[in-house]
Amino acid sequence: YAWDANEEYLFKAMMAFAMRRYSSKSTTQISNVLLCNVTDRVSFWFVVTDSSKNVTTVPGSEVEAAIRMNRNRINSAFLLSDKTLQFLKITSTISPPVEPSTPVWLIVFGVVLCLIVAGIVFLIFSGIQKHKKKNKEATERENLEEKVEVTLENGIPCEALDLKTGRINGVFAADDERFTSL
Amino acid sequence: LSAAAEIPKEDGRPQWDNKFQYLLSCIGFAVGLGNVWRFPYLCQIHGGGAFLIPYFIALLFEGIPLLHLELALGQCLRKGSIGAWNTISPYLGGIGVGSWVVSILVSLYYNTVLTWVMWYFINSFQEPLPWSVCPLNENRTGFNEECYESTAVNYFWYRKTLNITPDIAESGTLQWWLILCLATCWAIVYLCTIRGIETTGKAIYVTAIFPYLVLTIFLIQGLTLPGATEGLIYLFTPNLNTLKNPRVWLDAATQIFFSLSLAFGGLIAFASYNPTKNDCEKDAVTVAIVNSMTSLYASIPVFSVLGFKATTAYWDCLDRNIISIINEFDLPEESIMRQNYTSWISFLNSSYPEKISVLKLKSCDLQEFLDQSVSGTGLAFIVFTQAIILMPGSQAWAILFFIMLFSLGLSSMFGNIEGVFTPLLELQIIPKSAPKELLSGIICLISFLIALCFTLGSGSYWIDIFDRYAASVPLLVIAFFEVIGVMYIYKIKRFSKDVEWMTGRKLSIYWQITWRFMSPLLLLIVFLAFVTLQMQKPPSYTAWNPKYEGFPMKEEKVYPPWVQAICVLLAALPCVCVPLVALFHLVKQKRRSKDPSFVLPEVFSCQGANS
Repeated sequence: YAWDANEEYLFKAMMAFAMRRYSSKSTTQISNVLLCNVTDRVSFWFVVTDSSKNVTTVPGSEVEAAIRMNRNRINSAFLLSDKTLQFLKITSTISPPVEPSTPVWLIVFGVVLCLIVAGIVFLIFSGIQKHKKKNKEATERENLEEKVEVTLENGIPCEALDLKTGRINGVFAADDERFTSL
Repeated sequence: LSAAAEIPKEDGRPQWDNKFQYLLSCIGFAVGLGNVWRFPYLCQIHGGGAFLIPYFIALLFEGIPLLHLELALGQCLRKGSIGAWNTISPYLGGIGVGSWVVSILVSLYYNTVLTWVMWYFINSFQEPLPWSVCPLNENRTGFNEECYESTAVNYFWYRKTLNITPDIAESGTLQWWLILCLATCWAIVYLCTIRGIETTGKAIYVTAIFPYLVLTIFLIQGLTLPGATEGLIYLFTPNLNTLKNPRVWLDAATQIFFSLSLAFGGLIAFASYNPTKNDCEKDAVTVAIVNSMTSLYASIPVFSVLGFKATTAYWDCLDRNIISIINEFDLPEESIMRQNYTSWISFLNSSYPEKISVLKLKSCDLQEFLDQSVSGTGLAFIVFTQAIILMPGSQAWAILFFIMLFSLGLSSMFGNIEGVFTPLLELQIIPKSAPKELLSGIICLISFLIALCFTLGSGSYWIDIFDRYAASVPLLVIAFFEVIGVMYIYKIKRFSKDVEWMTGRKLSIYWQITWRFMSPLLLLIVFLAFVTLQMQKPPSYTAWNPKYEGFPMKEEKVYPPWVQAICVLLAALPCVCVPLVALFHLVKQKRRSKDPSFVLPEVFSCQGANS
């Protein structure tokens, strides 16, 4: 926006406002703020007069303190910041950077660590389970092999002997009689 | 260890799930942090596009042949580095042991670099980024002095991350935040390498492909930034005069060699899990070309961002000067813009020279800002982080960037750990009934405990030492002995027959010439040149000392004698393994030859065992 007489009026109003708030006496008027040496750069000198005390100027330290107290309001009135609206001889105090109660990085770190530990535990458990399954399979296979060996060693296939009814030995059961006749 | 053990077809050796996994693992191992932060730097200081000429010549005569040699060796012998060299000849077993020692040393310090990346990653979730603002001093009147004199980015790196001591002899204390991150990094490595290639094979799909995605995103973003074109022009403008400097050729040869991660034993381990009938020749060429292309591809976004940073710094410099001129002469706002700055300055200089000289304006030169070249950790943690602050949406860019660096480093770590893990598995350090998870757990735990030294205040100085001495000269020596050993002890005729059996075609004359003459010759020249250059001046380092007069410049210091002794030890330890093991076997042989029952080991042949 361009700097014109209306902006100057606003500036005077802000200065009066700042003086009123600081010294809490409602006597400062806009007419008490005087601007001089306005340049194209938009830089100027200004003084605040005190109408109650015979047109003397308010000491610079008081004006400085008033501006310091209300810097925020002055800045926002002009949509400017400490850097773009400079009061020479008033250095701005730097606001401390916002620090959350727990550092953010610890939270992220905790999340990452939990995920990794969960992954490791899962992999170890699945490894142990696979190991157990392999062992079980190995022992089952061994048992099967033993059975096969045993049956082979005897020369007679065991499945034949597995019948519940048993086998009739042809030598001894020549006739159909199973029981000796009296 | 006699070679009479004929390898049966079903030897229960783990296998890659598919060929793509194997190729990705090799590519991931080769493509590491150096592709991002060393290659662009070399391109820049050695005449831009002209550097590509010695680079590709070195690739052709040194990189690809050595890579093919290692892959063919591992695939044929189906063993890790120690086992493979023992099989070729017990006298050459020292080469395998040397590779194994180098892999251990590199794993230790490489994971600490990843620790720093992780620390930056978990700090990227804050708004504003912690390296963009200086903290206040105690009484809140101004900024912290160390930070104010250097930059916020430097302060965060040297003080908040490393908490660096001014001298390597002062160890400082263990930094607890780094210990936490180190533990996390080793836990991640353990998670991925827990069962050897069964688990790394799955993890590599993510860690090897993700960096390419991020590089593409950064490429697109980088090209849209203002000043990117200046950076790219600066990078790629060829200056053929630099080729007359032998230093350029040396740097090209060493860059190719270290970039392909040769002589670590990791490539031999990866190839040993392949089926023997696999075209290792095509694999080698593929991996080498992808590695070089990645380096080129990565340098484009890196230099776009660096150009952007230089342009922004140049504009800031101009703006500061403009503000002081406007304030001094009370000119209206926006009367002097960046475009007409030079004309205004010449006008004002002629009309009001005294006023101008009072202002003490800094001369702003874009070339000067572009010339500030950095490589290594400085590039990632200082220069790039500063550039990221200037980009819109800096948290997202920071997170992406550091995840990319982490994946790049992690896939290289897989290769390093595999180079340690596979030989130990074959030497059967732990009983066969014990699970593999135990061995990888032990390796990760011991490495973590030893790497705690790097979290001390002087840790980063030690990492520089490890990088310069343990991971440079020994690799050259081991690679030289590898080529000589295969060509002249195993004999080229046998080896070419093995390779022909594996690939199914005749070995072309290119391989014969490079393996027999060019590569050993090149390696010898590079080794001699390297050592001579190192010897020319006493080994020194630059220290970050806030009390130094020239602060924020780093102070140049010489290593104390005990540190120099450690440097020599680090460089010599892997190299000395080669003759030591040969000597050991010579003595054993002499003793055995007195024993009548001694049997000569059978001649081993790759195809004979497998046909």
